Amino acid sequence: MRAICFYFQIHQPFRLKHYRFFDIGNDHYYYDDFADDDIINRIAQRSYLPANQMLLDMIKENGKKFKVAFSISGTALEQLEQYVPEFIDSMKELADTGCVEFLSETYAHSLSSLYDPEEFAAQVKAHDEKIQQLFGQRPKVFRNTELIYDDDIASMVYAMGFKAAITADAKHVLGWRSPNFLYCSASAPKLKLLLKNGKLSDDISFRFSNPEWASYPLTADKYINWINELPQEEQLINLFMNYDALGELQPRESGIFEFIKALPRFAAEHDIQFWTPSEVVSKFKPVAELAVPYPMSWTDEARDTSAWLGNTLQQEAVRKLYSIGERVRLCTDRRIKQDWNYLQASDHFFYMSTKHNDDGSVHSHYSPYDSPYTAFTNYMNVLSDFMTRVEEQYPTSIDNEELNSLLLTIRNQEQEIEKLHREVEMMRNNIVKDTTGDFPVDEEPVPEPVPEKKEEKPAPKKPESKKPAAKKPAAKKPAAKKPAAEKPAAKKPAEKKPAAKKPAAKKPAAKKPATKK
Amino acid sequence: MKALMFGWEFPPHILGGLGTASYGLTKGMWQNGDMDITFVIPKPWGDEPKEFANIIGANSTPVAWRDVNWDYVQSRIGSVMDPQMYYDLRSHIYGDFNYMSTNDLGCIEFSGRYPENLLEEINNYSIVAGVIARTVDCDIIHSHDWLTYPAGIHAKQVTGKPLVIHVHATDFDRSRGNVNPTVFSIEKDGMNHADHIITVSNLTRRTVIEKYGISPDKVTTVHNAVEPLNEELLNLEAPPGKTSKVITFLGRITMQKGPEYFVEAAAQVLHKVNNAQFVMAGSGDMMNKMIRLAAKRNIADRFHFTGFLKGKQVYEMLAASDVYIMPSVSEPFGISPLEAMQMGVPSIISKQSGCAEILDNVIKIDYWDINAMADAIYSIIEYPAMYNELREQGLAEVNQITWNKAGAKVIDIYRKLINR
Repeated sequence: MRAICFYFQIHQPFRLKHYRFFDIGNDHYYYDDFADDDIINRIAQRSYLPANQMLLDMIKENGKKFKVAFSISGTALEQLEQYVPEFIDSMKELADTGCVEFLSETYAHSLSSLYDPEEFAAQVKAHDEKIQQLFGQRPKVFRNTELIYDDDIASMVYAMGFKAAITADAKHVLGWRSPNFLYCSASAPKLKLLLKNGKLSDDISFRFSNPEWASYPLTADKYINWINELPQEEQLINLFMNYDALGELQPRESGIFEFIKALPRFAAEHDIQFWTPSEVVSKFKPVAELAVPYPMSWTDEARDTSAWLGNTLQQEAVRKLYSIGERVRLCTDRRIKQDWNYLQASDHFFYMSTKHNDDGSVHSHYSPYDSPYTAFTNYMNVLSDFMTRVEEQYPTSIDNEELNSLLLTIRNQEQEIEKLHREVEMMRNNIVKDTTGDFPVDEEPVPEPVPEKKEEKPAPKKPESKKPAAKKPAAKKPAAKKPAAEKPAAKKPAEKKPAAKKPAAKKPAAKKPATKK
Repeated sequence: MKALMFGWEFPPHILGGLGTASYGLTKGMWQNGDMDITFVIPKPWGDEPKEFANIIGANSTPVAWRDVNWDYVQSRIGSVMDPQMYYDLRSHIYGDFNYMSTNDLGCIEFSGRYPENLLEEINNYSIVAGVIARTVDCDIIHSHDWLTYPAGIHAKQVTGKPLVIHVHATDFDRSRGNVNPTVFSIEKDGMNHADHIITVSNLTRRTVIEKYGISPDKVTTVHNAVEPLNEELLNLEAPPGKTSKVITFLGRITMQKGPEYFVEAAAQVLHKVNNAQFVMAGSGDMMNKMIRLAAKRNIADRFHFTGFLKGKQVYEMLAASDVYIMPSVSEPFGISPLEAMQMGVPSIISKQSGCAEILDNVIKIDYWDINAMADAIYSIIEYPAMYNELREQGLAEVNQITWNKAGAKVIDIYRKLINR
């Protein structure tokens, strides 16, 4: 008995509009909605919708023996919700058959797994929540952006609670080993690995309609025979591809839909079943550990990360982007969060590739830019604007640690204020209860917390601009005027210090209420 | 294989790109081996490199018999060519040209430049070519640019050997379409008589086919290349104390080179960036207009004119530059961006220039697209990764573009012509 594991990737980035350097600081909307609308509609009409219909028919026909897995990036879901809502409905229908598994990935189809573990975890969580909300399924198997995988990622993924991951079959990692087995990670042995069968997958997604290919035309009969002729012990055939291979890369006229439709019938003749990744993991045992010290992926001839990080342009852009990751996570502004997501899409870096030959033509096929240099220029202009916006909220003159402690103080103070509020409330209630007699005695404690509140309230604003911070000591002084001789001495050193340090110097004072708890 | 080449300029005394290209190609062909090249120029100075070609000066080729002794010839033209050559040439005079103004050696004087009476000089050059063609044994004749086409045709008629003409530029490039009819007819005549035409880019090839009505199978593109720079030039450094980014335009300030687009793009960039300086190096008929335009755009304080630069000054300018830009409206090839790349300067070139066909690691824009030009400039001076990538990849790329390869292609064309 053998199993075929079908998995389809759906992803669309938010493409950037032509963004000139004059726009930096003036225009904060970065996206080419027209292109996004146009492209997603075209692909949905030619590929996603008819393919969904086909899968639905197949599942009905084959009595739920036909199963597939999907990974849909968060950005693609957003676009589909907005431009092709009927696709979401059709996907829900598929999900309801119980024959479809949704895989986890990063929300933005990002490279965060390589640069920013914290961001990585956050995005995976955000994505899984979105999937659960739309399709009522919590993903159990993980697939990273473009199947990027190495040992470090394995540990992170395992720590997030996934039992399996999907990845590519890079020759430089596998060597003589076959991808047609279940493996497990060397760094997290409990994490199972499903490897793409590159040859058989690409036969469908890239070569199917190529008349110059030796095996053209490919029929379901022939294809299943190839699988059947594999050595008996190779029981797992992982066919991973882009969903738009059905209908877009391989057009409808090529007969791709009929080909897929016919697969289950021929598969049944040879006792070949269709399983989802979760089923595979529960039914097979891993045969060996797979150590992957350097990241691999399913893209380009090199099957590594050079498609996104191959040249200095790409490296610079990614580095700059993730250099502000921590600050963005401190932000609460929804638009900043959204832009942050969209700017992380790996596609932006894919467009900047300066590879030539066959790989180069793939890059330029997808790229909306006429050259990698234009892609870089446009992206960096957008990123510059985005970074200024983040900086406006959290200036880079304060380093991260300091900023964190300040924010902690603010949060603590907020809690403290709330606590005091409650206290005041309680006391007020007590007064009301006691009311009848002792006005003059009880009135004093009531106003006292009130001025305290007023003084504490400007505190949250402190780190944002220097002025309120500078004002504060001045405001406090009249209250603490008693030691007149001390005052000038204390004032001067405080004012000489760089502005950024002032709030820091205040920390102990501000923290006290927190420690009191 | 013996080739007789007619050219107008040869280093080190050059006026434009033609001399550099003729020299590079000759040297590249010589490097391929088995080539015996005779190169005719109007007026050699004696300091031309002679290792890979025999230089014959049109101004030291007699067209009228003079009885002069060896020592006298040696003293007059010995620095330029072997006196024996003079006597060989003298015995092949084919007509009586005593009515022309000739000097004491029976030679016609040439300026070797582009004088007012250029057409007369071209005609004289072709008279001299008749003598040379009768003297020098050759398998093929090769004429560089329209000035030497009549000479090439004459030599072909005398020897019956195949004629190759090398189109370095057409009058359509020089005039933005307002073609001089005399020049056009000389060009057209040369193309009609040629057995094969070599163009320096596909852009020029299209012009030759479409504007001159030449059959496409007679026209082949051989892209130009560059000579590797010597250590001294490569080691030039930017002047100390340079604080702002320098963006350079280098070339004749004429309509063909699109200088006004450079000024407009500069105005845009300076609107946003403070630490940038724009330099327009060169001279030309539009220079004053450009000075006025820069003043009108209110950027004169950051926009500089250097005047004509020559020799090493060019490389010093490049060494001080952060961006090189060539917004040519029509450029048959355009060798200068390649030189900038050799000096490690990121380049922006117009899509309307021939070198855009072979360069990948440059930014290509339409010459009229001022916005794109400004964007590209901004990106290179603001984003270090962009600068470094273009610099390093450009250097690697340009080092692969050698005359050796171009020479091999030309030799290949020769072989086909001779063996057909």
